[in-house]
Amino acid sequence: MANLADVVKQAVKRYGDASRLLDIIRDVQAEMGCVSDEAIKTIAGELKLSRVDVDGVVTFYHFFSKDPVGKYAVYLNNSAVAGMKGRAAIARAFEKETGVKFGKTTTDGLIGLFDTSCIGMNDQEPAAIINGVVFTNLTEAKVKDIVAGMKAGKDAGTLVKEQGDGQNQSALIKSMVNNNIRKKGQVLLAPFESGAAVKKAASMSQAGVIEEMKKSNLRGRGGAGFPTGMKWEFTGKSAGDKKYVVCNADEGEPGTFKDRVILTEIPQMLFEGMAIAGYAIGADEGVLYLRAEYVYLKKYLETVLEDMRKSNVIGKNIGGKSGFNFDIKIQLGAGAYVCGEESALIESAEGKRGQPRNRPPFPAQYGYMGKPTTVNNVESFCAAARIIIEGGDWYAAMGTAQSKGTKLLSVSGDCEKPGVYEVEFGMTVQTLLEETGGRNAVAVQVGGPSGTCIGKKDFGRRICFDDLATGGSIIIIGPQTDLLGVVHNFMDFFVEESCGWCVPCRAGNAILKSKLEKILHGHGTETDLNELEDWCKIVKGMSRCGLGQTSPNPILTTIQNFRHLYEAKLQKGVDYATEFDLAAAVKDSCEAAGRKPNLEGH
Amino acid sequence: MSEIKFTIDGKECSAKQGQTIVEAAKDNGIFIPVLCHFEGLKPAGTCRICTVKVGGRNMAACTTPATAGMVVENAVPELENMRKAIVEMLFVEGNHMCPTCEKSGNCELQALGYRYQMLAPRFPYLWPVRDVDASAPKIILDTNRCIQCLRCVRGITTADGRHIFGLVSRGDRTAIKADPELAAQMSEDQAKKAMEYCPVGAILKKEVGFSVPIGQRKFDSKPIGSDVQKS
Repeated sequence: MANLADVVKQAVKRYGDASRLLDIIRDVQAEMGCVSDEAIKTIAGELKLSRVDVDGVVTFYHFFSKDPVGKYAVYLNNSAVAGMKGRAAIARAFEKETGVKFGKTTTDGLIGLFDTSCIGMNDQEPAAIINGVVFTNLTEAKVKDIVAGMKAGKDAGTLVKEQGDGQNQSALIKSMVNNNIRKKGQVLLAPFESGAAVKKAASMSQAGVIEEMKKSNLRGRGGAGFPTGMKWEFTGKSAGDKKYVVCNADEGEPGTFKDRVILTEIPQMLFEGMAIAGYAIGADEGVLYLRAEYVYLKKYLETVLEDMRKSNVIGKNIGGKSGFNFDIKIQLGAGAYVCGEESALIESAEGKRGQPRNRPPFPAQYGYMGKPTTVNNVESFCAAARIIIEGGDWYAAMGTAQSKGTKLLSVSGDCEKPGVYEVEFGMTVQTLLEETGGRNAVAVQVGGPSGTCIGKKDFGRRICFDDLATGGSIIIIGPQTDLLGVVHNFMDFFVEESCGWCVPCRAGNAILKSKLEKILHGHGTETDLNELEDWCKIVKGMSRCGLGQTSPNPILTTIQNFRHLYEAKLQKGVDYATEFDLAAAVKDSCEAAGRKPNLEGH
Repeated sequence: MSEIKFTIDGKECSAKQGQTIVEAAKDNGIFIPVLCHFEGLKPAGTCRICTVKVGGRNMAACTTPATAGMVVENAVPELENMRKAIVEMLFVEGNHMCPTCEKSGNCELQALGYRYQMLAPRFPYLWPVRDVDASAPKIILDTNRCIQCLRCVRGITTADGRHIFGLVSRGDRTAIKADPELAAQMSEDQAKKAMEYCPVGAILKKEVGFSVPIGQRKFDSKPIGSDVQKS
């Protein structure tokens, strides 16, 4: 095995300083199989940080580990949809073939099995990531083959036996992931001529670009819906010698995978959108913050950037315009849902724990490296590139009053045609269900766990910011799926993904989950259900960032729309039921003593 | 520095430009409960107990600057209930055994529990398994009692600016940890300061736990906030 001190020294030399701590840790883990306390001490020493700060970063991110994760680290998605698609059997198959339980590594240090939050493959579940390589549509037979391959010491990449569609077949990706593009619209998935958007922007003034964006009424596609033009204007007007454009490619909301498809098929459009943003706000540097789950696209994206430099679509004097300089680097995440929050993403991109910042100041004033920064979603940048080509008015002619243009939806769950749909804003849920073959739906989770769970009576509602807002995740839940089980999966997710900074989110979500379990286990009463609802409001009302402000939504919206499911689990006619099971508690001791318990009155 | 005018619960207040709502309220004799806030340290906004309503939106008064014309709601039943809930969450999230705690009577969490007349927390106890680290020569870090206010993280650093305390892990496993190397080198003064910053009994300076007898401690005779509140 490599010498730890040398590995750390080389990694630090490769990346330079503490702002690249995530990359340094990733490389050390790749070489050493984990980031031990000794490794943390060495990294801290090289970077002149305190050990506890490095420890804090290592332990914050899901894909970093202080304990050995195995030569092959298997991360099996445990999203709710993975569960619907037979994850349990796949997990059992992995455990049977490897002889080790999830959360553990085989004694020979070869294979580790781990759960992981949604990896952006809901349209082809069950799926897993092994040493960065994605395996989709897993079957027990595939698991057998994969484990045999690992035992034979084969490279994870060579265990991929089939290839997906489109650019997934490119020599630089070679992945079995499928795009599953089901519906193309006019904005994002229409033909795009590389270079056209930046050329057009170069012929316009900076103010002209912002004006066009404002005319389009484009709203942020991550889910929050802040007007993009306004964001660019604020950032442009902020005082600063240096500004940044950051692309949020941390697509972590369970059930969304549309950015994966953009990154695979039209990264050129995305990068042009970033360059246009740079032009508009006066920034010459962009950062693509790519979630660790999509590391399989990194080489490909770097090559796309290199090609774009060669053809002068990014780089110096873009489109022949002197002074239009813009380049892009890729920063990998390391597994943390909260980094989808823009200020947490910035912290993470700076090599720290991905904890949201207090605001004010906003990123437009104080962002990446303390400089004015615009952070936009992958899809927003693509829409911006199209808007510059076709004009703001053209764009604003589509959609609804408050939601212009089109939206990429990631549809998964109990439907026939999961995949990516580009639809005009304002489409009803019912129409979408018909197009996706999800007619049997009893519930639809719009906007992922942090969104809204609606029932049949609401299927006439429309997908747009004015009605049902979504960052793109649509999970269809059929009659065969246990809806409250889905809610429990979502709460598990939020408890795990809370950054831990503020009390209501850190403690509150754990409390909500525990109360939910009391009800699901049949120990709840009407009082418990009412308290659960009240407590949801406290967590929402007191939490610091969007995570805790929305994490109670799965419980709240299902109590609202599916109260009967909860009521069916309640004990009737009592005010209070204890979760404590006396018979179970005394079982062992009674057996040992050879006595029969006296449970009278219990 | 120019003065600005704003209101808290209808009472006209003045603030210096850039002053946070918490600081301005204090200067105007109005108590907003705080736990993670400590004068002189950069606000962190971890506990959220200072949450106020501004224009219908909840925000932490310790991180939000007062602005001209701002209408702040503070001591209203809805917020007071949620603040009490924060205190209760902290009690069930950790393992707080007041009767045996060296900080009893000097503890801000306990004092807020009294102020909010908390009898038993409304939430179920989570009974976490937490670490006690007494390896440093001058301090004990008992994370059973820690509320992760980050005062120690913010306030105690080495001469070259390195953190002696830091956050590790995430979610409900998030915890404060002392840097083993730097904590071992803490000076007498730093150890004393760390204990003073700590609002609860999580950081104790060794050998001085009961130097002030119970009954003569800060909150034994007067409720927390009585030094601020003028009514």
